[in-house]
Amino acid sequence: MDFELTSEQKAAHQEFRMFVDQEIMPYSDQFDEAQAMPAEVVEKMAKAGYLAAVVPKAHGGLEMDATTFGLLCHEIGRGSASLLSLLTVHGMVCQAILKWGSAEHKTHWLPKLATGEAIGAFGLTEPNIGSDARNIETRVAPTEDGNYRLTGHKQWISFAQVANLFLIIAQCEDKPTAFLVERKTEGFSTEPMSGLLGFRSAMLAKIHMDECLIPASNMIGRIGFGFTHVAGTALDHGRYCIAWGCVGMGQGCLDSSLHYSGTREQFGKFLKDHQLIQQMTADMLTQIKAARLLCLHAGTLKDKGDPSLIMETSIAKYFASNMVQKVAEQAVQIHGANGCSTAYPVQRYYRDAKIMEIIEGSNQMQQMIIAKYGYQNFMTASRQTAN
Amino acid sequence: MENNNAKIREFMGQFISNVDFADDEDIFASGLVNSLFAMQLVLFLEKDYGITVENEDLDYDNFRTLNAIVDFIERKTKAAA
Ligand SMILES: Cc1cc2nc3c(=O)[nH]c(=O)nc-3n(C[C@H](O)[C@H](O)[C@H](O)COP(=O)(O)OP(=O)(O)OC[C@H]3O[C@@H](n4cnc5c(N)ncnc54)[C@H](O)[C@@H]3O)c2cc1C
Repeated sequence: MDFELTSEQKAAHQEFRMFVDQEIMPYSDQFDEAQAMPAEVVEKMAKAGYLAAVVPKAHGGLEMDATTFGLLCHEIGRGSASLLSLLTVHGMVCQAILKWGSAEHKTHWLPKLATGEAIGAFGLTEPNIGSDARNIETRVAPTEDGNYRLTGHKQWISFAQVANLFLIIAQCEDKPTAFLVERKTEGFSTEPMSGLLGFRSAMLAKIHMDECLIPASNMIGRIGFGFTHVAGTALDHGRYCIAWGCVGMGQGCLDSSLHYSGTREQFGKFLKDHQLIQQMTADMLTQIKAARLLCLHAGTLKDKGDPSLIMETSIAKYFASNMVQKVAEQAVQIHGANGCSTAYPVQRYYRDAKIMEIIEGSNQMQQMIIAKYGYQNFMTASRQTAN
Repeated sequence: MENNNAKIREFMGQFISNVDFADDEDIFASGLVNSLFAMQLVLFLEKDYGITVENEDLDYDNFRTLNAIVDFIERKTKAAA
């Protein structure tokens, strides 16, 4: 396996890095404090084409390969985990439409999502249901004329304060089914959520849906395929995005730590020259590199459409979120009291890192499926040896 | 057809510990596979048979049993030819 980036990928990475250094990094702590993502930032993302990253060229998108898209998530993650979550959920809606939408969904929505005229959000989690997502309580009931009435509540929905197109998973005939729901639908409302540990500028909201009339043509996929296939496609994209974002956050932690330990002196020498600091630095660097390789591997599989991409992406998300949680903790430690203040970004990385272990399928959910994957591979290999 | 049966059985065998499942056994109803299998099956069929599983193909009757999957692949490859 060759993970060398092509010259185009290197150039794209450089462009993303500059965008983040100029437009995001200087302001992320302000966004965090204000608990809001300014509309101009979303506009800048749209103008740079980043909201169109995964949309095919035929629908006005950039059609980035998986690795280039990963590099974008890496840089945006380094800049702001909250902003990364916009890229994540917006991309999840794009992917779901791209894979399981009808021709009309694609021609109507993808160009709008590509320009940012439509901002997508993903509504699966509810007050009573998180990991056990198959058993969501939001319901649709058929109307006499063949459409649906949607009723229920969603919670913790990233960018739901500003999105205007929602991919909502609801029970239809007691089977999970996906629907596109527009904000302007009568009976649909959002309620901002604030005071979170991390993702503070990710514009989270609760969603209330009261007998919303949904045209039958807004169904994505078919009845009963909303969780396994539609949310499955979206969540795979989400995990890939988050995994890369964690690597970017880890890199941000390392960069800040290298700078700090190279300038602060204690006991007559720079922090970087104390062995216990070197131990942390070496661990951070190694862990970040390992996570990056898992992400590159998942990206290669994605571009090939290899079925193992699902599990390898899950492994990358599990490892990278775990990694960034440890790396951010070490970064705060290296910065001492300064690391606890908003003078340095590491406190934000530390708070955002915890979120990464919970979203897009908590790490316990990843552990359960990864262990199963290990067992499956072992049994398959044993059978092959026996034959 | 025989060929497809063996190939798909081999793929499914990775997910199903009881490798002797019958060609007409409902793998979803019997709980032999989990939700992640569903997407991996889609990717496998798309990659190995050069087809695209689309919106209108989402019908459990296309995926319920090994026989159903073999029939589905034959219909799709014929339609594409
Ligand atoms: C900042 C933020 C943004 C989010 N954005 C979105 C969004 O845009 N869209 C959306 O739909 N959701 C979103 N979520 C919700 C997120 O996906 C859920 O929080 C997540 O799926 C976990 O569900 P839960 O919080 O209800 O925890 P629960 O499912 O109640 O789990 C609680 C704890 O128990 C563990 N657990 C649960 N079941 C088991 C088990 N069988 N074995 C072992 N351990 C178990 C979990 O891992 C977790 O640690 C967001 C959450 C946050 C915090």
